[in-house]
Amino acid sequence: MSHIADRIISDVGLESGVAALTTEKIEKVVTRMLKGETGAKLRAYKETCMRCGLCSQGCHYYMSHDADPSYSPVNKATETMYELMDKKGKVSPQRIYEMAQMAYTECNLCKRCAHYCPIGIDTGYIMSQVRRICYLLDVVPQYIRDTAHSHASTMNQMWVKDDEWIDSLQWQEDEARDEFPDLRIPLDKEGADIYYSVIAPEPKFRTQLIYQAAAIMNAAGVDWTMPSHPGWDNSDMCMFVGDYENMGRLKRAHYESAQKLRVKRIVMGECGHAFRSVYDMGNRWLGHKAMPVPVIHAIDFYWELINEGKIKITHQYENPVTIQDPCNIIRGRGLMDKLRDVVHFLCKEVVEMTPNREHNYCCCAGGGVINCGPPFKNTRMTGNRVKAEQLKATGVHDVVIPCHNCHGGIEDIIGYYDLKMHGKFISDIIYELMEKPEV
Amino acid sequence: MGKISSWDWEPGQKTVVKSLSPLEGHEWQEEPYVSPDGETIVAIVKVGDGEFSVRTNDSVWDATFEKIWYPKFSPDGRLAAICQQDMEWVLVADGETMGETTDYIWDTMFSEDGSSIATMYKSMERYGMSVNGEPWENLYENATMPAFTKDGAHTAAVVQAESMAAADLDGFKRGAYTVAVDGEAWKGRYVNIWNPVFNDAGDSLAATCRTTVYAHTIVVDDKPWDETYTQVWEPVFCPKDGGVVAPVRVAGKWGVAKDGKILWEPRYVQCFYLQYSPSGEDLWAVVATSYGQFTACVNNAAWNETWPTVSDLVVSPDGQRAAILASNCNEDFRIVVDGTPWSGTYDMAWPAVFSADSKNVAAKVEKNGRFRILVNGKSFERDFDAVWPPIFNEDGTKVLIRAIENNSYVRIVAEVCNF
Ligand code: SF4
Ligand code: SF4
Ligand code: SF4
Repeated sequence: MSHIADRIISDVGLESGVAALTTEKIEKVVTRMLKGETGAKLRAYKETCMRCGLCSQGCHYYMSHDADPSYSPVNKATETMYELMDKKGKVSPQRIYEMAQMAYTECNLCKRCAHYCPIGIDTGYIMSQVRRICYLLDVVPQYIRDTAHSHASTMNQMWVKDDEWIDSLQWQEDEARDEFPDLRIPLDKEGADIYYSVIAPEPKFRTQLIYQAAAIMNAAGVDWTMPSHPGWDNSDMCMFVGDYENMGRLKRAHYESAQKLRVKRIVMGECGHAFRSVYDMGNRWLGHKAMPVPVIHAIDFYWELINEGKIKITHQYENPVTIQDPCNIIRGRGLMDKLRDVVHFLCKEVVEMTPNREHNYCCCAGGGVINCGPPFKNTRMTGNRVKAEQLKATGVHDVVIPCHNCHGGIEDIIGYYDLKMHGKFISDIIYELMEKPEV
Repeated sequence: MGKISSWDWEPGQKTVVKSLSPLEGHEWQEEPYVSPDGETIVAIVKVGDGEFSVRTNDSVWDATFEKIWYPKFSPDGRLAAICQQDMEWVLVADGETMGETTDYIWDTMFSEDGSSIATMYKSMERYGMSVNGEPWENLYENATMPAFTKDGAHTAAVVQAESMAAADLDGFKRGAYTVAVDGEAWKGRYVNIWNPVFNDAGDSLAATCRTTVYAHTIVVDDKPWDETYTQVWEPVFCPKDGGVVAPVRVAGKWGVAKDGKILWEPRYVQCFYLQYSPSGEDLWAVVATSYGQFTACVNNAAWNETWPTVSDLVVSPDGQRAAILASNCNEDFRIVVDGTPWSGTYDMAWPAVFSADSKNVAAKVEKNGRFRILVNGKSFERDFDAVWPPIFNEDGTKVLIRAIENNSYVRIVAEVCNF
């Protein structure tokens, strides 16, 4: 069995944070956190865990590291939260480094392991609480921390300035009018049915996704709008960092911008973790039992449009495809059937990965791991050999990936394992196949 | 247009624009906007290839632009829009440009009487604000969250006053943000600063901030409160004594602090949208008394009934009454006045409106794609294809209904006693 201490990776955020720690400070923060923010659930997990190890095979890190027990979910919980609980926070600063590296980069909070545990222990939850402690101790990997700073300062995850957001929408509208002369991206249209929200990489790097969404909305005749004010970004790295205060601030901005425009529903683009933030974590932090404005994932929305006959395609996608099931919307929301309905409508041949649906392996990018940046890329690559094997076994070249993080993660795996495959968003395929006006 | 008293309050209905179909030669016409007095309906129209203008009733602005967006009526009745000409942007009011064109402008705001218009402003990658087309002298790396005084004399925004390298955690923690008032940055630097708000006189400004990564508090005129909290929402000035209140979170519960001292003991699951009565005697808020149970609250006493979602708290001019929109997560909206919901649920509702004497309440609602005006819970005799929020006359005996029916834009003055 390897040990986390033997695979420490240098990171500015972790190093500078740990340098400022003392055991007394750790003790204080851990005690306050365990008393004030967590309680019965963590204690019950710790006391009922039988150390049976059945959760191990649930975790892609364990499976990809030849069954190294160090990566088993129960070990991750034991080496972090359970140790903090046992020792009441009396641990050395260096131990916090190790725990932070484990919690932020060796767990995707994907909750697959919870399905394998006979008593349903959710190691993803345990690790997210370890992250909360590390955040309060100021020990967070540099890149994801910077993303959280961006969220807090601009209300989006990529330091997009207020005007840059509006400008990129207007620019995409202009571009799209060459192809769809009467297309609009209606800004701040009060009373529209649908508010379309995205994550900041879209205006920054993946503007074609905004273009495609606009093309689909336009063709389907949807009464929709996009907000010109902050609140448009539904994503949430504050949640994964453990900065719940700013998670709450972000979700308030998101929901209030939709309330102000008096829309019926928010449709969010193809993102996994943002969904967890709007329907599980952020909304609850604000005191909502459900979502104050319903948020529909793009899969759900495309499924509706297809069923209502509002998306017309000229032909089906010819090449065989496989499907990545993003944990946050499959295990988290149960969209596996709708995802398949949509892909089968669009594509001639689907070759499934095994296991799939709610038993899918995480892409290893999720839970903010990809956002921890270049220092931890190798952790993701070696930590998800099983996904590479799964992908390769399908024998296809195209992977439908309805999640931004999975996209980044799987493209990296494809490159690292030289799989000669390519990821596609559903909107890439709809756009490619849809009927377009003759200009 | 001027004061409400000078508008046409003759009861009855007038057709202002008979046909809202696009005028001849217009390729398209966007969603309409209506002036407060109801005499004018406008829409952005496409008049040629890459050429846009504004239709007002049955005429069109002389000027055309490459792009037009953010049409907004100022309280004095002028239509302000943000327009693009030769790839640069300028504020345009009633077809006349205000100031020079620049790289970008957005976030139009008006003074109370509408005589002054402010926008956010960007030139050569530097950011600030602009009033009536006059930009700040000092511009910054970034500017967000604008504030404008009631009299239009002062502007403020959160600015980034220090540069940061990419992923610069230390620079961020040292504090790169502050508030600039009329372009002059405060001396203090903050990890973050949010939601600046002026007092009524416009001579003091409060904002939410964090002074360290973990210490959230309120800052007033560059002086942070001594006390810090795990989280704080936007502050409000007390009109009586000039003090500042804000919702604060302590040990997982929300309460209210005034000038750094606890005013409402933290006991709520949520507390936001603080609002003072004009006298400053009564403090209103929206609170969650338990998980998923939201309602209005005055002086720390919550209304009895709660709802899963509550928004748009409106306090009456005398400060004694209030209305909220309650819904079941954005469905089945109810208008709740003084703690009691009006009968009927709606697919959408707009914030309630009080008459000047605080006696009558009106609101716009939507059901099955049709729109209605309600006064004191009772509906106007018919519904509309579209309608704008109602406005009371000065003595609260009449209500102005601005509506679209059968492709015509109509202006109706209805008597409150007829509802
Ligand atoms: S990565 Fe997923 S399976 Fe592995 S421990 Fe974390 S939540 Fe469990
Ligand atoms: S499967 Fe459950 S009970 Fe068994 S070791 Fe893992 S977490 Fe503990
Ligand atoms: S990135 Fe994708 S697969 Fe991975 S945790 Fe998120 S949703 Fe799951």
